[in-house]
Amino acid sequence: MLNKKNKLVLLATAGAMVLGANSVAQASTLDDTKNRGAVQCGVSDGLPGFSAPDDQGEWQGLDVDVCRAVAAAVFGDAEAVRYISLNAVERFTALQSGEVDLLSRNTTWTTTRDTTLGLNFAGVNFYDGIGFMVNTDLGVSSSTELDGAAVCVQSGTTTELNVADYFRANGMTFDPIVFDTSEQTVGGYEAGRCDVLTSDTSQLAALRIQLSDPDGSVILPEVISKEPLGPVVRQGDDQWFNIVKWSLFAMLNAEEMGITSDNVDEMLASEDPDIARLLGEDGNYGQGMGLEANWAYNIISQVGNYGESYERNVGMDSPLQIERGINALWTQGGIQYAPPIR
Amino acid sequence: MSVRPQAHPVGPKPPFWRDRAKRALIFQVLLIAAVAAFLLYIIGNTQANLAARGITTGFGFLSNTAGFGIVQSLIDYSSQSTYGRTFVVGLLNTLLVSALGVVAATIIGFTVGIARLSPNWLIARLANAYIEIFRNIPLLLQIFFWYFAVLRTMPSARDSLSLGEVVFLNVRGLYLPEPLFESGFGLIPLTLGIAVAASIALVVWNKRRHETTGKRFPAGWISLGLILGLPLMVLVATGVPVTWDVPQLTGFNFRGGITIIPEFLALWLALSIYTASFIAEIVRSGIQAISHGQTEAAQALSLPRNLVLRLVVVPQAMRVIIPPLTSQYLNLIKNSSLATAIGYPDLVSVFAGTTLNQTGQAIEVIAMTMAVYLTISLLVSMFMNWFNARVALVER
Repeated sequence: MLNKKNKLVLLATAGAMVLGANSVAQASTLDDTKNRGAVQCGVSDGLPGFSAPDDQGEWQGLDVDVCRAVAAAVFGDAEAVRYISLNAVERFTALQSGEVDLLSRNTTWTTTRDTTLGLNFAGVNFYDGIGFMVNTDLGVSSSTELDGAAVCVQSGTTTELNVADYFRANGMTFDPIVFDTSEQTVGGYEAGRCDVLTSDTSQLAALRIQLSDPDGSVILPEVISKEPLGPVVRQGDDQWFNIVKWSLFAMLNAEEMGITSDNVDEMLASEDPDIARLLGEDGNYGQGMGLEANWAYNIISQVGNYGESYERNVGMDSPLQIERGINALWTQGGIQYAPPIR
Repeated sequence: MSVRPQAHPVGPKPPFWRDRAKRALIFQVLLIAAVAAFLLYIIGNTQANLAARGITTGFGFLSNTAGFGIVQSLIDYSSQSTYGRTFVVGLLNTLLVSALGVVAATIIGFTVGIARLSPNWLIARLANAYIEIFRNIPLLLQIFFWYFAVLRTMPSARDSLSLGEVVFLNVRGLYLPEPLFESGFGLIPLTLGIAVAASIALVVWNKRRHETTGKRFPAGWISLGLILGLPLMVLVATGVPVTWDVPQLTGFNFRGGITIIPEFLALWLALSIYTASFIAEIVRSGIQAISHGQTEAAQALSLPRNLVLRLVVVPQAMRVIIPPLTSQYLNLIKNSSLATAIGYPDLVSVFAGTTLNQTGQAIEVIAMTMAVYLTISLLVSMFMNWFNARVALVER
């Protein structure tokens, strides 16, 4: 009797000590990552162009390239990434609880997410907006004709909120059919449960090519919201926040300076002071983040600049064929703009 | 009441640590204190960690505007309603599918369970096949089957199957005409109430008369006639003050009438059919637990087979059936949370899914959801225990 109860008390104390240890062990994410030997990166559950495994089982995509860039900056090895696929409902909890170091998963930057969830958005790697995809048989050519439609949408996304706003603002009604994963959402659309599939236009393009008959569906021209998508980290670790932020900026700056994965070695000898600073030939701009001087060189040589990543994954070299549009650099008429390396 | 013999009839009182009862009490108090301290500690620890990570806490979010739509709600709901209201909408949807599931599973389960013991070879085998098929396939797969496999074979909204151009069935669900009551309709529920009260009085009186005189008459049929007939007569006499709102195909879909969404149908069918296969086995074992002598004795009184079952076997079998039946009801209610897989807007899908994700208040939302399931389950359990005590063998 007595022994059993003593054991229980002991167990309770031990449990409390473990919990206590957890609360204290908020060491730096960079140290944790280095000890582990890999960046744990939360990606989507399969969205071609952004994050999806290819036919060799290797993760590929615009969001995956952010994970690889961070790994290249930290380890000098873009392959040192452990991918964890998360659906929309799981993603923030996984980041908050430390299951992933970084979330690079077509996630919209909003006030609530930035200020109440204990998260920080580290930049924007894709400017997007919500659109609608419908069956061509419906004969609909504009989203203003969608009054009374059944709309398939993925649970827990900003899409779910923005679509409701849009229909209300335009005095239209709709039936939201809400699914957990993008696969189920597409399944519902293909089964005819809903007239309209709604999501970010980039995702619609990716989902459309997965349909059994891509030509039977059309993406309507209207884009009804702003959806800036970017990588997310936990609040309270500024060093890690900086590493993720500047890994993305390094890719944008490289494109602006004309540095590609092919010419980066020649560029090491460049006379241009901007290039010399970015590639670590002049000064050590990685020091402040706890990185080597050649952190940006590693990113560009192994992952490429932003334009290369864009064309390879979602642009004209990919099945998605999404125009650069506002995702072009500010020098090319777009709004992608990175602060200078200095 | 028996008096415990004194361990030490003479001599001084032993010190309290030698007294078994007091010692046990002290340890229990210590244990409870330790558990309480542990709980307080983890609550404090969680709050400190959440604050350290900049995560907002508290229940204030419940009064914020939700901003998303829900396809089925039993109360008024729009995207301008609050998160608190999404909780109620989800809760009511869970209760709806659970309650209708319990009713359907009970009816199917009792029918199949009794059929399983039928002397008719074919009926018994069919019942057996039903049980073995539906008991051995995971519920989630059955839900997917009803939703995706059966749904896909339905025609589109424009080629709906229709019944007399008032009831329509298509891939978007089942559309029924909705009765709209005009003034003067209030008389009908009133008559129905009177008929029900009269029936209850009749049944009670019949039971007393039967006990004292042994005479009986078909009170059940007369009650049924009263409950159905009286309101019908009033309905006709007042000139049928009801108009029907028939669903019309306008634009993409049917408007008007009552819509039963396919997510509800799929979940309800899967839950009822799956749980019924377990209830059937419980009913079978309950009936088999009754000594065959009871049946033979009743037959010796030349009672017909249906009366033997209804008056002798089933009332005794209920004592065996109710406790495991309670567990099946609880399982069904908890399994309704699988709704989230097909997008039926139940509590888990709407509140622990969408609301949690839009607000990020994981701990509060999950705690509320768990509290709801716990409360529902305890209430069902309490009711079934009360019911069990009522039918328990009264020893005289």
